[in-house]
Amino acid sequence: MSEPTYKAGKQPHANEYRLIFRNIDREGWDTSIDTYLNEGGYGELKKALGMEPGQVTNEVKASGLRGRGGAGFPTGVKWTFIPPNNTKPVYLICNADESEPGTFKDRYILHQDPHQLLEGLIIACFAVGAHLAYIYIREEFPEAAQIVEKAISEAKAKGFLGKDIQGSGFDLEVYVHRGAGAYICGEETGLIESLEGKRPYPRIKPPYFPAAMGLYMCPTIVNNVETLCHVKHIVKMGGEEYAKLGTPRNTGTRILCVSGDVRKPGYFEVEVGKITMGQLINDMCGGLKEGRKIKAVIPGGSSAKVLRGDEKYTIGKGDDAKELSLLEIPMDFDTLMACGSMAGSGGVIVIDDSRSISWVLNNINNFYAHESCGQCTPCREGSLWMKKISDRIVAGTASPEDVDTLDSVARNIDGRTICAFGEACSWPTESFVAKFRDELTADTKADLSGTLLNPESKLAAAHLKSQQEAQKTEAKPVAV
Amino acid sequence: MPPAATDEKKPTAETPAVPMVNVQIDGQWYQFPKGTRMIEACRQVGKDVPHYCYHPKLTSPGNCRMCLVEMGMPPRLAPGQEPEKDGEGHQPIQWIPRPAIACANTVAENMGIRTDSELTRGCRHGVMELLLINHPLDCPICDQAGECRLQEFSVEHGTGGSRFREQKVKKPKNVDIGPRIRLDDERCIMCSRCVRFTDEIADDPVLGFTERGSHTVLAVHPGHELANNYSLNTVDICPVGALTSNDFRFQMRVWFLKETKSICTDCGRGCNTLIGSREGRVYRQTPRENNDVNSAWMCDHGRLNFHYLDSELRLSAPLVKDEGVHKESTWPKAIQRAATALKAHGGSEIAVVVSSRMTNEELFMAKRLIDTLGAEHVATVPRAGEPDAYLIAADKNPNTQGARLILGLEGDLAAGLDSVRRGVADGRIKAVVTLQEDLLTPEAGFDAQTLDGLEALVVLHLLANPTAQMASVVLPGAGFAEKRGSMINVTGRLQRLNKATEPFGQSLDDWEILRDLIQAIGGGNGIYLIEDVFKQLAAGVEEFEGLTLSKIGDLGVPLIETGETVPLLERERERIAKGQIVG
Ligand SMILES: Cc1cc2nc3c(=O)[nH]c(=O)nc-3n(C[C@H](O)[C@H](O)[C@H](O)COP(=O)(O)O)c2cc1C
Ligand code: SF4
Ligand code: SF4
Ligand code: SF4
Ligand code: FES
Repeated sequence: MSEPTYKAGKQPHANEYRLIFRNIDREGWDTSIDTYLNEGGYGELKKALGMEPGQVTNEVKASGLRGRGGAGFPTGVKWTFIPPNNTKPVYLICNADESEPGTFKDRYILHQDPHQLLEGLIIACFAVGAHLAYIYIREEFPEAAQIVEKAISEAKAKGFLGKDIQGSGFDLEVYVHRGAGAYICGEETGLIESLEGKRPYPRIKPPYFPAAMGLYMCPTIVNNVETLCHVKHIVKMGGEEYAKLGTPRNTGTRILCVSGDVRKPGYFEVEVGKITMGQLINDMCGGLKEGRKIKAVIPGGSSAKVLRGDEKYTIGKGDDAKELSLLEIPMDFDTLMACGSMAGSGGVIVIDDSRSISWVLNNINNFYAHESCGQCTPCREGSLWMKKISDRIVAGTASPEDVDTLDSVARNIDGRTICAFGEACSWPTESFVAKFRDELTADTKADLSGTLLNPESKLAAAHLKSQQEAQKTEAKPVAV
Repeated sequence: MPPAATDEKKPTAETPAVPMVNVQIDGQWYQFPKGTRMIEACRQVGKDVPHYCYHPKLTSPGNCRMCLVEMGMPPRLAPGQEPEKDGEGHQPIQWIPRPAIACANTVAENMGIRTDSELTRGCRHGVMELLLINHPLDCPICDQAGECRLQEFSVEHGTGGSRFREQKVKKPKNVDIGPRIRLDDERCIMCSRCVRFTDEIADDPVLGFTERGSHTVLAVHPGHELANNYSLNTVDICPVGALTSNDFRFQMRVWFLKETKSICTDCGRGCNTLIGSREGRVYRQTPRENNDVNSAWMCDHGRLNFHYLDSELRLSAPLVKDEGVHKESTWPKAIQRAATALKAHGGSEIAVVVSSRMTNEELFMAKRLIDTLGAEHVATVPRAGEPDAYLIAADKNPNTQGARLILGLEGDLAAGLDSVRRGVADGRIKAVVTLQEDLLTPEAGFDAQTLDGLEALVVLHLLANPTAQMASVVLPGAGFAEKRGSMINVTGRLQRLNKATEPFGQSLDDWEILRDLIQAIGGGNGIYLIEDVFKQLAAGVEEFEGLTLSKIGDLGVPLIETGETVPLLERERERIAKGQIVG
């Protein structure tokens, strides 16, 4: 195995630790199985097949790997949620629906290193006892679907898939399933419904936890593309060794996708928690554009709560308590959570002082109003209401009270919906109002208070007024 | 309450005892079987939780979020830590800031539920406001008004005003989705009850949602329509005015309707119903829950088969034929005429055709008449049809079991009818009384020529018909919605009809007509009330022993074994056993 060299302008930054993205934008690399095998590919699969399935799971548990799809749930623990007395088939689904605005890491893996994903996926299937797996790829990645399909047939031809894989007695079939253009298909139970051929209406949990009642009501493990890739490296390194990467409880590497107002946006694979927001933005992304100041960062995909550039964040308790500026925040699950946001899907969106906060929020609200599946009342009705209010804030036809209404609509969604889309669509509003109320209010007009701006509510108000007046005149003769 | 351990009469081989759990609801502790849904537990102790999407007969998608309640559990213990308990053995409850849906979650040991806390009320306010922002609020022209959950819960749990300043989402209105139903998408709250009904109960999944988010619309699948024979049940379970019945819409405001508990007489199932009537007119029938008969449903055919009650064909006065022409008469004269005509014949010359659409009480009086006349020929008109996989019975008569039992008919009913037909044709039978049967239908199979040869033909019926046209005396009887009485359904269950409206015009309850006729033929019989009829029936027919009309109750009582089962109920029980539905 030679030290990889990378295409011009694609060299990893010195702060990076390339595990998953080792082959991305690499000189002389292609998606063929031969290239992959040349570098020792499928070696970890062979190693895993020589272990007990439970042993593989234990290594993944020991690695401390947390899901890279958004929720950060410990992967090995998730695998053990399959009921021990289960008699039904077990399925594994690779979530390649990558749709959270600001996130674009899985796309690179699918396009440039499909065999890495397949190898991780086959090992995971072996560990959980799945003989059928699906890779659910968003509609907007048509090329990725073709590449992965080709990789699957290559792997099959070489005996890494299909019956009796490498003489181990383990059988596995993998199919690519393509979405039809809906963000909600990334939510695991929505994905499962979609895979079953239905509308991707997320299921209520309880009782429909996929690990017990997933695809066709059978135990189903849903993991993100990046998560499955890590499994390969855990088998290679051993769980304990892998856990030395990153920081305690926040182990391994993860790919951060930086977009927005930085000079050099892009992907960066780093050890979790080993670099700070400041290092990421200033060192790795070349800092902000000329003369700009940082206004805010959304650290984990568009649904993560916004962090203000000039705010101080207190983390830890008692004697361990520390105060951090935005740029001092280490990019790990627990710290970002302690700062009131989340590491989410790894999509870091940087907002500088040239941006209108109202516009940014409205842009996000637009996305979520468009993507709400419409199944449950708060999200269905609330997401569009929030968008309509922020539309008016941007258009300058809102009053200061509209900001309060906006916030309260978000709070009537948050925690009250079927799936986490409810939080995804309400957290931006909640956090923008909490942190940038002054700016939002500055875009409103106090003299619009109580003004009705569309013919419908004008009509309704006129009717109400005429009724009130009629009541008044009726009431008059009674006066003595 | 669990059955007392000393109760030895209880069969022991019943379902294994479900463990009980302690649950606190609004500060009070109760016990419920494990697995009870929170919403049902609350209901059982008188704390109704408002809901839209939840329906005990359907799966629970948890989509409306109206049933959100504050919930708590005992605190998590550190390993080895002893739980802290109060005097009654309950642990303290740690209330969870995130509300839980009461419809799909089940109770657990030491769970706490608050149906009236600030959090719970806040959730209801929020959901109500959100349900209404894009709702057209056209209650004044909406057929659902008065029985609309949106209206009811707005009053009970809403805020009274709206903060919505935007344009509402526009959606299709007055959509023709099938022969009997109309859809208003703007009123739909997307609870999916109708979708689940057509999918899970009627096996006709033609409804679904299209578009996304707030633009979601309910639609019928392209190229299909909602036309199955159970479609109108969707109108009943739609909590708002999105689905309305073409037959009922705009006919009567629901708050004007009087509701009468009765049963459908369209087939031998005897689905339990509510008859909605006003001022002597029936406006609709809706199913009434009975888990031994029809669950919560009924078929469209039975539901809509009441319009003949005020059709143009309805007989309004007794008729007597003189010189070939029917003339309106009075009851005493008509009865007398019939009695005279019949008395002129010996029992061997008289046939009585009794409808299995009559109540037990009427059948009992018919039997009396038969005995009084000494009539040797007795038959009913069997109506065998196709059963379906749900509720419709093969027997299209609602009371064949009663007819067999009370008239003492045995064996092949068709053969009995055939023998009467032959008797009339060969002239042995010279007088025929037909009770609620038109003999010139294909089912009855008589022909006009042979009937013409009769010396006496007495017809009791509610509608003008070809046989009545030929009768010497026509006695106008009552329709099913106009009578009190009982019938026995195909599974052998005794059920009650109740009077929603008075008999049309001068027509009378059939049992009264028969009583008067018997009296005119054979003298007094001491029957003044329908209860008297039942009392004599109970004394005369073994199976009815010890019963009274009031003892039958609203849900009926099992009377005889017939070995018939109800396909729809079998499936429902399977679903309950699997925990898919509450039932
Ligand atoms: C609205 C919504 C959208 C989601 N979209 C994605 C997605 O595009 N890709 C993904 O991997 N996970 C997505 N998730 C998270 C998945 O539900 C699930 O947690 C994840 O795929 C589990 O994989 P992991 O444990 O490997 O992270 C989404 C969740 C929600 C609530
Ligand atoms: S929260 Fe939104 S996306 Fe999730 S089920 Fe409800 S309506 Fe659909
Ligand atoms: S559905 Fe209910 S709230 Fe809506 S218009 Fe009809 S009656 Fe009014
Ligand atoms: S039409 Fe009625 S029952 Fe069907 S989803 Fe809409 S509100 Fe629910
Ligand atoms: S009743 Fe609709 S969510 Fe519970």
